[in-house]
Amino acid sequence: MNAVTKQLTDLRDWVDDRFPLTQLWNDHMGQYYAPKNFNFWYYFGVLSIVVLAIQILTGIWLTMNYKPDAELAFASVEYIMRDVEWGWLIRYMHSTGASAFFIVIYLHMFRALLYGSYKSPRELLWVLGMFTYLALMAEAFLGYLLPWGQMSFWGAQVIISLFGAIPFIGETLSLWIRGDFVVSDITLNRFFALHVVAVPLAIMGLVFLHILALHEVGSNNPDGVEIKKNKDADGKPVDGIPFHPYYTVKDSVGVIFFLILFAGVVFFAPEFGGWFLEANNFVPANPLVTPEHIVPVWYFTPFYAILRAVPDKLIGVILMGAATMILFLLPWLDRSPVKSIRYRGPIFKTALTLFVISFVVLGYLGTQNPTTVTTWMARGFSVIYFGFFLLMPFYSKMDKTKPVPDRVTG
Amino acid sequence: MKTLFTACLLALLSTGVFAAGGHGPALEPANIDLANKTSLQRGARLFVNYCVSCHSASFMRYNRIAQDLDLTEEAVQSNLMFATDKIGDTMTVAMRPDDAEAWFGAPPPDLSVIARSRGADWLYNFLLGFYIDEKKPTGVNNLVFADTAMPHVLWELQGLKRPVYHTVTRPDGSEVSEIDHLETVSPGMLDDEGYKRAARDLVGFLVYVGEPAKLVRYRIGFWVIVFLLGFLLAAYLMKREYWKDVH
Repeated sequence: MNAVTKQLTDLRDWVDDRFPLTQLWNDHMGQYYAPKNFNFWYYFGVLSIVVLAIQILTGIWLTMNYKPDAELAFASVEYIMRDVEWGWLIRYMHSTGASAFFIVIYLHMFRALLYGSYKSPRELLWVLGMFTYLALMAEAFLGYLLPWGQMSFWGAQVIISLFGAIPFIGETLSLWIRGDFVVSDITLNRFFALHVVAVPLAIMGLVFLHILALHEVGSNNPDGVEIKKNKDADGKPVDGIPFHPYYTVKDSVGVIFFLILFAGVVFFAPEFGGWFLEANNFVPANPLVTPEHIVPVWYFTPFYAILRAVPDKLIGVILMGAATMILFLLPWLDRSPVKSIRYRGPIFKTALTLFVISFVVLGYLGTQNPTTVTTWMARGFSVIYFGFFLLMPFYSKMDKTKPVPDRVTG
Repeated sequence: MKTLFTACLLALLSTGVFAAGGHGPALEPANIDLANKTSLQRGARLFVNYCVSCHSASFMRYNRIAQDLDLTEEAVQSNLMFATDKIGDTMTVAMRPDDAEAWFGAPPPDLSVIARSRGADWLYNFLLGFYIDEKKPTGVNNLVFADTAMPHVLWELQGLKRPVYHTVTRPDGSEVSEIDHLETVSPGMLDDEGYKRAARDLVGFLVYVGEPAKLVRYRIGFWVIVFLLGFLLAAYLMKREYWKDVH
């Protein structure tokens, strides 16, 4: 051992006597055993961490030049786009990152549906993830007001007014949220505070807890087999491999591949045909002119379609809320004895397929001006959406399952 | 699994079919070319000669134009600017908002990001779409922006056009008269092709003004992706090496 290595080892030992550095590393990286059969769907966890890092870093730099003031906000965004060195890149990374976050999270959640990752003993892991998802939706909604364009303003106006549908306290509540009778400078200022401090702190705390819970119970896998049930003489799962280096090197491939797609959007199509940056949001907010067509950004449109499908405003708001909240109950709605879709029967596969179709179609319908036909379509697909959850206790139990192997199948 | 993928694909395709039902008249494509700096320079000239007396571009700085369009600051100062402005100023307008309101009924919008909210094709068709309409205070109306408050500022270039109507039978059998095309009443300084080129130059300049970074981001993006592809290969080879002992 040469002198430098010895000094470094001494330093590590010095720290270890005072702080569990090596232990932390081993518990979460070096000796955290993950199933060896992760597939494509298992990249989206690490990708959401990557997008979170992109959002926080670009967000810090945007904050250096952004002005949370109704008179200055729109111009300060254009100042960032033009006069700040590389400001356009930072802003496009942040705006693309917002949509990328939801793409990655939706696929991450879909993975949990495919392989039953929410089932025992991972219920709390799922619930913590759901809280993170709620916080993410709040973060996106708050952030969308900041560019202070027409869609920012009217989108916030519409969403906040939904709280007005709550009986008795509704009007007072929406007034309290806005801090004014309409969305105004005061609203912008508080949304800024929540967007850059409060909600990011909550998201980071929740992500920390989510990972802690994951490492406590261990990762699920495409077979839904508990690798901890098969350990070798040293007490290591025979179907597990240390997260580092195996999954750090594998995930870097996935991360770089993701970054290529991400860069493709940032540099070549940052508006993404109006889906990521809406044309109308390049018109400064004007409380006197209501745009013809107010729609939320794509990641909220499935829920928006459910809201609009209901003739009664209050029931619509309740169902829209229920559409997200019902996901919390998933671990207890699913009565199947198996986790993974590989060993489930035809009923669950059909139900999941219908659910995905209804989510995508509702998302599309939410972006369109409602007509009689599309409203009835939205109603039909809303029924399927809720049916997937509400009927799950029955169909997941009666479904024919295949025998689950003892070991992962690769 | 496969059926699930197929179903998702079908769902996506079906949404595409719905999306295909368009609305509004088809716009003639503007076909601007941001790589053509001389076109952008001509557009800048048209912009300062015809637009900035009423419209500002208050996020756009003159020296940025010089830098991006390969012009010297002196050239910009003598050709594109009023003597009182400084080279680092943005393209503001001399007209007071109150006067604008009184003269036009609405203050002319700032054009900094107009190409981003309206789109290049719309702007191009707007510039081509003016026709004589005696009922309007400005004497003109527009094909893509009905009852616009804007006068036909470029009339001396395009000349004046009047609408030619044709009769259209609606699905319910009733007949209505619609504008078929425009025909020249008095020619301007440019012929139709020349005016289209001028409109294209001006729209190209507005697209550039809407997002100056557009001139560089494709090029930078290309090299970023080239780098990432190399990085991807290296990472993949490393992953393959490490995973040799996983069975």
